[in-house]
Amino acid sequence: MIRLIDIYKEYDNGTKALKGINVRIDDGEFVFMVGPSGSGKSTIIKLITAEVAPTEGRLMVNGYNLNNIRPNQVPYMRRTLGVIFQDFRLIEKKTVWENLSFVMRAVGSSNREIRRRIPYVLELVGLAQKADRYPSELSGGEQQRVAIARALVNNPSMIIADEPTGNLDPQRSLEIMTLLERINELGTTVLVVTHEKGLVNRFAKRVVAIEDGRIISDETGGYYNGQTT
Amino acid sequence: MARRLNSGYYISEGFHNVFSHGFMSFAAVCMIVACLLIMGTFTLVAVNLEHMLGELERENEFLAYVDESYTREQAQTLAGQLEALPNVASAAFVTKEEAQTSFLQGREENALLVELPSTVFRDRFRIHVKDIESMSHTVEQVEGVEGIAKVSVALGIAQGFVLVRNIASGVALILIAILMIISLFIIANTIKLATFYRREEIAVMKMCGASNSFVRWPFVFEGLILGLTGAVVAFFLQWGVYQLVCGLIDQSAAMGLVVIIPYVDMAFRILATFAVSGLVIGAGGSVMAIRKFLQV
Ligand SMILES: Nc1ncnc2c1ncn2[C@@H]1O[C@H](COP(=O)(O)OP(=O)(O)O)[C@@H](O)[C@H]1O
Ligand SMILES: [Mg+2]
Repeated sequence: MIRLIDIYKEYDNGTKALKGINVRIDDGEFVFMVGPSGSGKSTIIKLITAEVAPTEGRLMVNGYNLNNIRPNQVPYMRRTLGVIFQDFRLIEKKTVWENLSFVMRAVGSSNREIRRRIPYVLELVGLAQKADRYPSELSGGEQQRVAIARALVNNPSMIIADEPTGNLDPQRSLEIMTLLERINELGTTVLVVTHEKGLVNRFAKRVVAIEDGRIISDETGGYYNGQTT
Repeated sequence: MARRLNSGYYISEGFHNVFSHGFMSFAAVCMIVACLLIMGTFTLVAVNLEHMLGELERENEFLAYVDESYTREQAQTLAGQLEALPNVASAAFVTKEEAQTSFLQGREENALLVELPSTVFRDRFRIHVKDIESMSHTVEQVEGVEGIAKVSVALGIAQGFVLVRNIASGVALILIAILMIISLFIIANTIKLATFYRREEIAVMKMCGASNSFVRWPFVFEGLILGLTGAVVAFFLQWGVYQLVCGLIDQSAAMGLVVIIPYVDMAFRILATFAVSGLVIGAGGSVMAIRKFLQV
């Protein structure tokens, strides 16, 4: 579960990115977060992953209070999250299998657990045959599916995706969203940031709309009007 | 959750990184080799100087003449008294006949000298000191011994040796300290360059919940591998340089004074010192270099 209570964020250069955000995401939900570029969506993601700290307000992530978390607890908090980025961020010098196995090693999994878990998640994202490929040998859609597999491999309670389809064509984008929906159906909470309203409107999900650092609407089964995009 | 030691992963990852970042590894090893060579050369010069002065010191001696009223038996009993003095390494009794013989060696054709009666010479002790720095004090003590008539000493030379030795080791120490500091900085910067384009990789690891130590260990092993490689290369290069310089000194036949320690006599200590320095510099440099990238 994620709770942001009266969150304000001002960057060091004086930019006021968030101006009083209140939002709560319960376990098992699928949530789209939409809004124009520069509205503060990525800032919310970075607050949740503890990359930046809020200027004001209270912030809870999966049982961790990020207002006073100890630095050595941050890795454990992050292991409850699986993060996906627009630019995939795979390690180019590692194969698909190694990209996944090193994340499992990082949390102390045994070789046996690794050998059991990776085929399962690769199967889930439809890349069972590509374990020995390097990222450069895969298409953009396939790379993003590797990134989704990596986010899933440690069995997090929540997947967070910041514009996961920003670099993909519409067909690939739809496939990725459908995959995320499937993952949600298997029990993982999913938060997807995007500004592709066409895509959002194909799924009847909760939509949180942000504009200029504020939430302007939050409707379940909602519809993204995207009047300002 | 079970926490496991990932040492196998850290080591193989360290090796893998060394080879997959070949050029930067090469540059880092070159830096380590250069630093070890420079420090090694200065140290070897200092060690040799110390050794050489030690040799000279050992040869340093003075003569204590026995009172002529003493019989030879009486004179010989003085040896024990002299050797009991704290700074006396040995006191060898030399009869006047022996003194004459050795004095005449190489002077046989000089009839005047050959005909000198041995009574011109006196029984004496050839005294070696342990520590040349307190030689003047020892001389006073020897003069104070009942039965010693006169002491003949070239104190000026002795104190000249001491001065040269002290200056040489002082200068070498300062130079080595300065070089150590400079080389640590250079190596940290080389490794920082080598790791700079891996900061994204580090950021990804941190975002996936990797702890700092999990990210750091492969870099530490990488540094250890580079450091050890540098140490071995430096050891053999140092050997070559040493032999070359020894050859040059031999050729110039620089005075019988120069006594050079053979490299093989010091090989184990040099290798051990290089290995330890290389490992410390490599691992330390790695840790210093990635510290900044870990703050994600
Ligand atoms: N590191 C930063 N330093 C200063 N300003 C930033 C930084 N990151 C984002 N901003 C600013 O904060 C605002 C919100 O940015 P962001 O959260 O990235 O928006 P979005 O993801 O919705 O496009 C923008 O005005 C952006 O320029
Ligand atoms: Mg953004």
